[in-house]
Amino acid sequence: MSKRDYSLLGEDARRAVETGLSAAEWYHTEIPRKEMKALMKRANQPALRDTIILFGLMIIFAASGIALWPSWWSAPFWLAYGVLYGSAMDSRWHECGHGTPFKTGWMNDVVYQIASFCMVRNPVTWRWSHARHHTDTIIVGRDPEIVAMRPPALFHIAMNFFGIFDAIKGWSRMLLNASGRLDPEEATYVPETEHQRIIRIARIWTAIYAATIALAWAMHSILPLMVIGLPRFYGAWHHVMTGVLQHAGLAENVLDHRLNSRTVYMNPISRFIYWNMNYHVEHHMYPMVPYHRLPELHEMIRDDLPTPNSSIWQAYKEALPVLKRQLAYEDFFLKRDLPPTAKPYREEFHRDALGTPAE
Amino acid sequence: MTNWIDACAKDDIDEEDVIRFDHDGKTYAIYRSPDDEFFCTDGLCTHEQVHLADGLVMDYVIECPKHNGQFDYRNGEAKRAPVCNHLGTYQTRIEGDRVLIGLG
Repeated sequence: MSKRDYSLLGEDARRAVETGLSAAEWYHTEIPRKEMKALMKRANQPALRDTIILFGLMIIFAASGIALWPSWWSAPFWLAYGVLYGSAMDSRWHECGHGTPFKTGWMNDVVYQIASFCMVRNPVTWRWSHARHHTDTIIVGRDPEIVAMRPPALFHIAMNFFGIFDAIKGWSRMLLNASGRLDPEEATYVPETEHQRIIRIARIWTAIYAATIALAWAMHSILPLMVIGLPRFYGAWHHVMTGVLQHAGLAENVLDHRLNSRTVYMNPISRFIYWNMNYHVEHHMYPMVPYHRLPELHEMIRDDLPTPNSSIWQAYKEALPVLKRQLAYEDFFLKRDLPPTAKPYREEFHRDALGTPAE
Repeated sequence: MTNWIDACAKDDIDEEDVIRFDHDGKTYAIYRSPDDEFFCTDGLCTHEQVHLADGLVMDYVIECPKHNGQFDYRNGEAKRAPVCNHLGTYQTRIEGDRVLIGLG
């Protein structure tokens, strides 16, 4: 297979459209309509509870950090605050972007706006980017959210555990948008009618950061930046740790989420931070099922899915050797076995794309 | 002149739900509202050609099962990104226990 071109304007993008890989019909485990409807049904209570806990903890941790500043005793509070700001906000951005956690629309929108700001992801651009990710999941040249491309940029991924590249790219993009311009790739998936909204939000954010920096300057202290901005660096590790596992080392250019997504059992704290996105095959198959119903969806369809990874640790033990091998041989990937109860992978749909699996 | 097509029985659709109806190479979505009224729209989302009949009906809104785009199924109005283009709508009529849709 030739070198992959992950650019949204490149040769692979053109080929994916030509060969029907883009906007194709995907495999779904069959679920009776009544049960699916029940799973998709919205409720405010679970997300309200989680959001009150989340923002309550953020206020407590930030207040404790400020009170103890500049002593090292403030460090544990900043670390806890940082994970909620730089990682839990990733999953809130994600879920509220889907509009599923709350029944009441404006609640989704408020949390989505706050989370987008924390993660430095323009809420308009990234709504469209994520829509594309769901249409063309891990289709080379079409999916703008592929984390572990082949060969995997392991240094880049490692640096993103501290938000280095992602956050800086986010702020650069914010400044570009605030100047009234869009990146050419953004323009491929965001309709023109939305461009002014992107620019307006970027300008508001730029003003907020400017005010925060001005305050830090006036106080001769980085304390204001410890609350706004820097947590995107020092709290990013958890969302990268869990996010990498979503698709890394699995198949590309296939039309079955069982081949390109990974479900991992996780501890309750990680699941709170990650808002159950560890059920990632399930989420991609049925993105309109709210996060709090994903464990039920998992139980319902697990016989049709590969065995989930038993822990974050075990998932990395599985994925890292695959990524390492892809450094030398980028067609290599992990194809996981299905249980005998599952419907087989439709090989005829992706034989060309699959290349060489690691069974 | 409207061409009335017998699409389904009233009881084929639960209250606040939707079914798919294919006819003459086109696909439609037929809705039963919480007020027990029936409506019909194009069957595919205007964003990515996903079948709306797999989505969730909430009051008078149909949500696309793939990207959360929303339409008012009474008039086809696009309500939430990523949908920008409105949905085509069709007349409905009840005859006995049958739902008819008006095409053409």
